[in-house]
Amino acid sequence: MKIIFIAWKNCWQKAGATTLTLLLLSFGVGIISMMFLLENQLSDKFNKNIKDIDFVLGAKGSPLQLILANVYHIDAPTGNIKVSEAQKIIKNPTVKEAIPLAYGDNYEGWRIVGTTPRYAEFYEVKLKEGKVFETPFEVTVGSYAAKELGLKLGQTFKSNHGLDKEGEEEEGHDQLFTVVGIYEASGTVIDRLILTPVESIWEVHDHGDHEESGHAGIVSAEEHDAEHAHEDEHAHEADTLDNDHAHEDEHAEEEHAHEEDHEVTAYLLIKRLPMAPMILPQLVKNTNMQLALPAIEINRLNENFGIGMSVVKAVAILIMIISFLSVFISLYNALRERQYELAILRTLGGRRIQLFILILLEGFFMVALGLIIGLVLSRVGITLLSDMAKDSFHDEFNAMIFLPQEYYLVGITLGLGVVASLLPALRAFFMDISKTLSND
Amino acid sequence: MAIIQTTNLQYTFSKGPQLIFPSFQAEENSELLILGSSGTGKTTLLHLLAGLRKPNAGEVVVNGIRLSTLSGASLDRFRGKNIGVVFQTSHFVQSLSVIDNILLAPYFSNNKVSKSDAEKMLDRLNILSKKNKKTSTLSVGEQQRVAIARALLNNPSLILADEPTSALDDENAKDVLNLLREQTHALKAALLIVTHDNRLKEEVRQRIELTALKS
Repeated sequence: MKIIFIAWKNCWQKAGATTLTLLLLSFGVGIISMMFLLENQLSDKFNKNIKDIDFVLGAKGSPLQLILANVYHIDAPTGNIKVSEAQKIIKNPTVKEAIPLAYGDNYEGWRIVGTTPRYAEFYEVKLKEGKVFETPFEVTVGSYAAKELGLKLGQTFKSNHGLDKEGEEEEGHDQLFTVVGIYEASGTVIDRLILTPVESIWEVHDHGDHEESGHAGIVSAEEHDAEHAHEDEHAHEADTLDNDHAHEDEHAEEEHAHEEDHEVTAYLLIKRLPMAPMILPQLVKNTNMQLALPAIEINRLNENFGIGMSVVKAVAILIMIISFLSVFISLYNALRERQYELAILRTLGGRRIQLFILILLEGFFMVALGLIIGLVLSRVGITLLSDMAKDSFHDEFNAMIFLPQEYYLVGITLGLGVVASLLPALRAFFMDISKTLSND
Repeated sequence: MAIIQTTNLQYTFSKGPQLIFPSFQAEENSELLILGSSGTGKTTLLHLLAGLRKPNAGEVVVNGIRLSTLSGASLDRFRGKNIGVVFQTSHFVQSLSVIDNILLAPYFSNNKVSKSDAEKMLDRLNILSKKNKKTSTLSVGEQQRVAIARALLNNPSLILADEPTSALDDENAKDVLNLLREQTHALKAALLIVTHDNRLKEEVRQRIELTALKS
């Protein structure tokens, strides 16, 4: 028999008060820990995906939307930009590299992105099997998308128009995409994308059904000239253009025109020179394009997000304060009821310090238990949230990690638990046993 | 050597009367009844004897140790080892079972008493069948037995009982007295009963009367 055992038993003697305290504390701790986990993983995802992207060049619209759509792939694109128009910016000497991104199709709701092999290389994503896409209609699939879609090497599939799988099935294209490679898991956006050469997207919309023009994120200027395309014998060929100015007999010019009239959704730009932020915005002026800075937009997002998080945290802290009050009150009340009990323990040879420890332990047990339940609750919450994120963003959160902030949460909670039990424990320490027993 | 000896004990409450107690001593296997109507300081005397309260004057010597020389933790431990106290109404740790409650005595006084010793003690007091019950489910008589078991488990040489029978009916009162006597003899201890219960007067010959004092 130990004081620990008595303290533990005593906690459950006043089950009602203990349960209330546990409920309050575990909710407080649970919410705070959940906020920590969420904040940490969101900013982790944001930062990991921004990496060294200095600018995103895309169609005019909300800069945040441009970033969310093209860096994180969670929002609809703002529109398309002409490859030819973008040239003067991406060829600017202050730009080190420009990675094209072209949207237009999905497979079962997973985004197919037309780009170059540099996109995955930029995120340092390695191949798990197969090879990187080379020719149109070859795709290399991100690890998470491959897992969720059950895609294997050599498998083929038809894409759907747009970005959502719902209601778009009739608008599916006839071209078959072939899986030629699967990337390793990296924790970046690549994990949940299907990558293919930009040309695939251009061709799909060159040949595909054109009834839906102006769809956000749909590539190809050709759509506007669909009728011409049908008249053109060579329209089905990859590098043929249905451009009014294109001439069949001038191949070089045709090639050039091709470059100029295709569209992409955005370019991810990496600067070469520090003056890029001064120079590039000038070049975008008077065009249909905009240049967005991921770092600034995400900071703004974080700030707005942060206010919501702070409110939730404040509520959680309030709940925790009430729970510490509850610890204090339940111990203090119990002390009144149990003063004889404690006096008897002294009579039996118990020392003051042992009673002090007994009461402190009771408070500690309540707080520790609330803490554990709270931490488990937050993991359950994150798991549920992760399932939701899986459905809507094809992304997930890891519930099974322990953050450094949570060590502080544990430390502070246990510390405050001790403080809340201190006064009742001191009362037990200084109790006059003779007086208590005489009041029989 | 006497197990307990008191000399010129006095106690003054801060806003109350001054209590002067007669000196007495008790040997092994002896029984002593301390009588007095309420207000004569019976409980105060018992607390002084148990070292729960310090006298303003005089001395209590238990097993040759003057209680005034002990303080704090050592007094608590000395009391736990040498003195068993039975109170008028029994108080227990509500969350613990009967057996765990009586095991508190050896635990807090650092005595080595095994669980089977504790069970034997419960058996002697006829409450072994209740050992895993919560104390609050027992009858008053049963509770008093548990309290006695707890007071005796450390084999104390001095047993102090404060109104051990006043809450009990005749039959239970007689039982409790007999139990206390038996155990006193078994332990070669001294038994001091503080009471105003007339039923005990007929049973115990040796007695001290406390008289009401003018302040």
